[in-house]
Amino acid sequence: MAPRSARAGAAGSGERELLVEADVARTIARMAHQIIEKTALDAPDAPHVVLLGIPTRGAPLARRLSAKIAEFTGVTIPTGTLDVTLYRDDLRRRPARPLEPTSLPDGGLDDALVVLVDDVLFSGRTVRAALDALRDHGRPAAVQLAVLIDRGHRELPIRADYVGKNVPTARREEVWVRLTELDGADAVLLRRSEPDAAGAVPSADSPGDGPAGDAR
Amino acid sequence: MRHLLSIADLDAQAASTLLDTADRLEQTLLGRQVRKLPTLRGRTVVTVFYENSTRTRVSFEIAGKWMSADVINVSIGGSSVGKGESLRDTALTLAAAGADCVVVRHPASGAAHRLAQWLAHTGVAVVNAGDGTHEHPTQALLDAQTLRQRLGDIAGRRIAVVGDVLHSRVARSNVLLLTLLGAQVVLVAPPTLLPSGVGSWPVEVSHDLDAVLGGVDAVMMLRVQAERMHGGFFPSAREYAVDYGLNRRRLDLLPEHAPVLHPGPMLRGMEISSAVADSGRALVTEQVRNGVHLRMAVLYHLLAGEEVE
Repeated sequence: MAPRSARAGAAGSGERELLVEADVARTIARMAHQIIEKTALDAPDAPHVVLLGIPTRGAPLARRLSAKIAEFTGVTIPTGTLDVTLYRDDLRRRPARPLEPTSLPDGGLDDALVVLVDDVLFSGRTVRAALDALRDHGRPAAVQLAVLIDRGHRELPIRADYVGKNVPTARREEVWVRLTELDGADAVLLRRSEPDAAGAVPSADSPGDGPAGDAR
Repeated sequence: MRHLLSIADLDAQAASTLLDTADRLEQTLLGRQVRKLPTLRGRTVVTVFYENSTRTRVSFEIAGKWMSADVINVSIGGSSVGKGESLRDTALTLAAAGADCVVVRHPASGAAHRLAQWLAHTGVAVVNAGDGTHEHPTQALLDAQTLRQRLGDIAGRRIAVVGDVLHSRVARSNVLLLTLLGAQVVLVAPPTLLPSGVGSWPVEVSHDLDAVLGGVDAVMMLRVQAERMHGGFFPSAREYAVDYGLNRRRLDLLPEHAPVLHPGPMLRGMEISSAVADSGRALVTEQVRNGVHLRMAVLYHLLAGEEVE
């Protein structure tokens, strides 16, 4: 495997490529194996497992995990998306965001083992919003959390059950997850955001253009 | 978005964003056990209606409550307005009492704009729920949402707006919004019920409903606003029904894909026959249902964003 430093140039100055396409694929495959093992979803008395992606990039990740699980076990796990915008606790601190789709699998969430899927786990506030949203949609038997990247800096007592990669970051750094479905290619990038003239760290709010994670 | 006063204040992108948000909200609430979102918790919405209304006021009230806002209705009979308090004093009182948003219906055109000016220093958002014969932007938006759901894209569609255009704020807002979204609008009305400046509107005008129906993708019927008519605008209700009422025979002239809309309340037998109003082609109840989601979208974009410093 090539050293990480050798990839830095390709991603542009001030930007480090943490995962390239093959790494992303391998990481998702490993997470799929972990989900199979921990939930025993291919056992005869398997629980009713549902993968719920948190838009934007959690949604394609959930679909990919489901596809991998089907490939490894032959079991098709239903997927859905759960937009948490209306449950966020920072709505009055940023411009109103556009809403993303919510779609739950047929059969709903009651008594299911729901695995929430997101790209980056950061402060934990998105996950808290997702837990609040879930409560209004039904009563799952249990809720687990799968994230591609855990970058730390938690502000709430939340941890993930499945982590693709732990990435120690500085607060000022940004983690950008890029997925083929939305961005044309798979990659995970680490960027250092520079403070502007007023000393504020720039933030990007629009999904797709901003850094990934729950402090978006 | 600070206020929603007029469709003229929106561009196509802003209008589409509101419609998209309304669709998303509908989808979010579909089949849920709890139809309540915490989004506007701690925000206060006051509806002040200087004219009677059931569906618009209730629609805003439900919209606010489904988003967890505190909604207070000020009815004119039971408030200081009945004692002669001015609109300005009422508005400043509501702002001082902690309202975050005032939804106002008023018989005077321009009242919502004046209210927004008086409240400019307070950060209170104003929503125009109908001002005189001027505009009714949320009605036009919910009509557009209903049309979009039924027809797909609105751009390139030909829509007939039929009836009392002269007194209709719904017609004015709809003409602005539908043309903004790329539709062609045909106004169908007796000459006495068309405004004098209609020649400068971006619409076609016809007095022959039968001739228009075959070539449109939807028909929006208007209410005959008898309460605004001070004089004879047409000889009799019967003659109006014969010339401009939508009946079974005329429904058959419409292309099969074309729905019928009416903002309500309907004058059955005059503007629209019961056979049409109760048919599957009429989207009146969809309009009312969409009205709640659309008004949720408006409140969301006005109140969920950044606090005004």
